[in-house]
Amino acid sequence: MKAYLKVLMMIASLSLGLLFLFPMWKIYLLAPQYPEGLEMHIWVNKISGDTDGALQNFNILNHYIGMEPIHADSFAELKIMPYIVIFFMVTGILVALLGKRKLVLSWVVLLMISGAVGIADFYMWLNKFGTNLDPTAPIKVPGMTYVPPLLGSKTLLNFDALSLPAWGSLGIGLAILLGGLVYFFSRSTVQVKSAKKVMA
Amino acid sequence: MKSLFSTIKKAAPAAAFTLALAGGAALQGCSSGPGEGSATAAGVASDAAQAVYVAPGKHDEYYSFLSGGFNGQMSVYGLPSGRLLKIIPVFTQHGENGYGYNEESKAMLNTSHGFIPWDDLHHPKLSRTNGMTDGRWLFANGNNTPRVARVDLSTFETVEIMEIPNSAGNHCSPYPTDNNEYVIAGTRFSVPLDMKGGTADVSMDEYKDKFRGSISFIKVDQEKGDMELDFQILVPGFDYDLANGGKGPSSDWVFFTTYNTERAGTLKELGASQNDRDYLAAVNWKLAAKYAAEGKAKEMPAYYYHNKMDKDTHIAKSTIKKTVRYLLPEDCPGMMYLIPAPKSPHGIDVDPSGEHMVVSGKLAATIPVFSFSKMQKAIEDKAFDGEINGIPVFKYESVLKAEVPEPGLGPLHTEFDGKGNAYTSMFVSSEVVKWKLSDFTVVDRMPVYYSVGHLMIPGGDTHTPDGKYLVAMNKITKDRYLPTGPELAHSAQLIDISGEKMRMLLDFPTVAEPHYAQAIKAEKVAPNSVKFYDLAKNKHPHAVKKEADASVTREGNVVRVKMTAIRSHMTPDNIEGVQVGDTVLFHVTNLEQDWDVPHGFAVMGANTAETLIMPGATQTLRWVPKKAGVFPFYCTDFCSALHQEMQGYIRVSPKGSPVPISFSTGKKKPAA
Repeated sequence: MKAYLKVLMMIASLSLGLLFLFPMWKIYLLAPQYPEGLEMHIWVNKISGDTDGALQNFNILNHYIGMEPIHADSFAELKIMPYIVIFFMVTGILVALLGKRKLVLSWVVLLMISGAVGIADFYMWLNKFGTNLDPTAPIKVPGMTYVPPLLGSKTLLNFDALSLPAWGSLGIGLAILLGGLVYFFSRSTVQVKSAKKVMA
Repeated sequence: MKSLFSTIKKAAPAAAFTLALAGGAALQGCSSGPGEGSATAAGVASDAAQAVYVAPGKHDEYYSFLSGGFNGQMSVYGLPSGRLLKIIPVFTQHGENGYGYNEESKAMLNTSHGFIPWDDLHHPKLSRTNGMTDGRWLFANGNNTPRVARVDLSTFETVEIMEIPNSAGNHCSPYPTDNNEYVIAGTRFSVPLDMKGGTADVSMDEYKDKFRGSISFIKVDQEKGDMELDFQILVPGFDYDLANGGKGPSSDWVFFTTYNTERAGTLKELGASQNDRDYLAAVNWKLAAKYAAEGKAKEMPAYYYHNKMDKDTHIAKSTIKKTVRYLLPEDCPGMMYLIPAPKSPHGIDVDPSGEHMVVSGKLAATIPVFSFSKMQKAIEDKAFDGEINGIPVFKYESVLKAEVPEPGLGPLHTEFDGKGNAYTSMFVSSEVVKWKLSDFTVVDRMPVYYSVGHLMIPGGDTHTPDGKYLVAMNKITKDRYLPTGPELAHSAQLIDISGEKMRMLLDFPTVAEPHYAQAIKAEKVAPNSVKFYDLAKNKHPHAVKKEADASVTREGNVVRVKMTAIRSHMTPDNIEGVQVGDTVLFHVTNLEQDWDVPHGFAVMGANTAETLIMPGATQTLRWVPKKAGVFPFYCTDFCSALHQEMQGYIRVSPKGSPVPISFSTGKKKPAA
C-alpha cells in the first residue's frame, strides 16, 4: 500500500477522536416557555447539555410525565463505548502500518456494524424512556408516549423535539468514508499510479 | 367671579371637544371625556406613538434607573417605552422578595441607630470609566439616615450599604469621580458634631458656633466596587444641597451648592433665604486625597455600619467602623473655595467640556454659568472677597462666565446633550428650557406637566452625553392619569431632543417619587445580566445541594430545616417535632439551574414576609410558632404547572412534647 494511503488510513482512525471532543447526537427542545431552547448532548462517554443545568432541566420536565430521570450512570454503554472507540483507533493505526487491504475492509465493515449497533441501541433507549412511564405520574395523557425522534423533529405536548447527529458522529462518518477510500484506491497499483500522475 | 369660573368650567369640555375636532388626531385624547389633562396634547409629536413603541418581544434601547424617593427603592424602566422592568430594593424592606426580611439580607439595613427598614433614596449615579458610564454599579444615597448604597448591575441587587458618620440628611450624595476613584457625599443638614462620632447635646441657639457640615470621600475598589470611607472634610455649617464632579480640565474638582449660609437654625424657609447670594463650594478632591494621604488628616472616634453582601454565600454582614479621618479646610490651602451664587441654589451641573459650572438658583431670575478657567485664573490672581473658616471666597464677577437671561421660573437642574445645548428644569413655570452653551440664550421651551423637578438625559451628566431623549420627572400629577384617590403616582415625561425643537413623546407613571435618574445604553448592561446562580458555587453554610442531604435538626431551641425546592416539591415537605416557642429556621435552597425559575417560601403565621429564592441560592425564613397545630407552607411564586401542589406541612407540638424530630417527602424516612 502506498504511503499516502497509509496516511489516509491513519487520518481515518484518528478522526474517531472527534468523538471525544464533540457530542455524537443532539436533541433540541423548544417550547413557548423555552424560547432559548434546551439541548441534550449525547457523547460517547457522557450525557450533557448546552448548559450545566440542562440535564437536570430535562429531568425536571420529564418527571411530570413519569419518565425515569436520565443520568450518565444508568448507561453501561457510556462506560464501554470509549474503549470501543479507542479499540478502533488503535486497530486503525495498526491497519495503516500493516497496509493490508483486506484488513482495511474488515476494519471499515466492523466500524459500520458498530455504528449501526450504536444507533439501534440509542433508538432502544429513546423507546424505553419514552414509553416506560411511571403510572403515578402527575400528567397522564391517555395513549400518549414520549419517544423523542431518532432523527428529525416531533411534537411532544408543548415541546418541539429535534434530534440530529452532531460533530462526533461526523468522526465515525469520516472514518468510514476515508477507510472506504483507502480500500478503493488500493485496488491495484497501476490505477493508483495513474491516479497519482493525474494528481501531480 | 365664581359664576364666571363655573361657566368656563361647564363650557370647557365643549371647547375641548371643538378643539379636538379642529386639531385632528393629535388632540383625540381630549375628546374622550371630562377630567382629563387640560394640556393633554400640547407639544405632542405627531409620530409620538411610533417613536416610543417597542414591539412585543423587542427590547428597549436604554435602561433607566429612577430613584424611588420616599419608597427607598430604585425603579428600572426601559426607554423609550417607559415600561417598568424592576424595582430594586435598596434601603427599604421589600415584602415582594424578602429583602430586609429574610435572615440573609436583614444586615443590609443595620445602622448605628439599629435596624432601619426605610430610607429616602434620592440620587442614583452610575459608576464610570474615563468619565463615561460603564454599567457596572449604581450608587445611591439614603437621605434620612445617611447611607450610600451600591447596586451590582450584573444581578440588579443591592450588595453594599455604608453609613456616613458626621452627616445628617445625606442629600448631596453620591457623586462618583471620573473613574470611581471616590464617591462623594455631602451633608444637607449641618449638625453640632461632638467629635466622637455623634451629635452634641447643645442648644439650637448655638447654631452659628457649633454646627458643622461634612463632605465624605468614599474610596471605591476598582475591581470589586467595595466602598471604604477614606476621609471627610469638615466644612462650614451651611446646608449642602447637590454636587457634581468636574470633567476634562476640571476633573480633579467637585462642586457643591450650599444654602442657609445665613446659618439659621429655625424657620429656614425664611432664615435661609435672607442672603442674596449663597455659595457654590469648589473642592479639589485630588488635592484633598493628597492631603489626607500626607498626614494632614486627623482621626476622631466614630461609630457607623458598613454592610456587605457576600457574593458566594448571599449573606449580608455588618462591620462596625470605629474611627474616621477628617481634614479641616483651614489646614489645607488650595483645597476648597467658595463661589458666590444666587440665593439658595439647588442644582450644580458641569457641562461635558468641564468648563461651565451651571448653577440653578431656584429663587433666582437668571441661571449663572461659572467658568472653570476663570476660576483657575481667580485662584492665581487671588481675586478673593474675604474668607469663611479659612476658605477663600471668590469675587462673583471673577468666576462668572455669563448669566442665562429670562430662563423661566424656578430653575432646578440642568443636563447636557453633548451637542452644545443645556436643558434646565423649571419647577415654577413647569417647563424644560433648552439653551445654548455658546451664547447662553434660550432657544426652545417645552411645557411639562406639572412642576418638573429633576430631568435626565442618558449620560447627560458625563462627558459624553447621548442626546436623544430627555426624561422630565414631574412633582405634581393631578389629572395626567385616571384618578386613584388622593394619592397619585408621580409622572415622568419622555421628550425627544434629537432635533432643533424638543418633541413630547410619552407620559408614564413612576413608583413613589423619582428625584433623579440615570440611563445607559442597554448593550452596556444586558450582556452581563446573570440568569441564575451556580449551585456548585453556593457557599451558604446551610445550603443543601441535593434532596438526599435535606435535614431537620434541633440545636436547643433552634430547629434548622435545610430544605430544597425544585419543580414542583419541597424536601422535606412533612416535618414533625417542632415545639411552641422554638425558633425555626427554614434554609431553603433552590436547586433549579434554569433561567427564571425562582421559588418562594412562606409559612402560615410567620411574622415576616415570604422569601423569594433565585435558582442556585439559599435564603432563610425565621419563624417562631406561638401555638400548637399543623401549619402549611408553600411555594409563593408560580413556578410550574404543579406549583399549586408545591406545599407541605409542619407540625408544632406543645413545649416539652415527646414527639421526636422527623421529616420526609413522599415516603417516610426514619426519625433523624
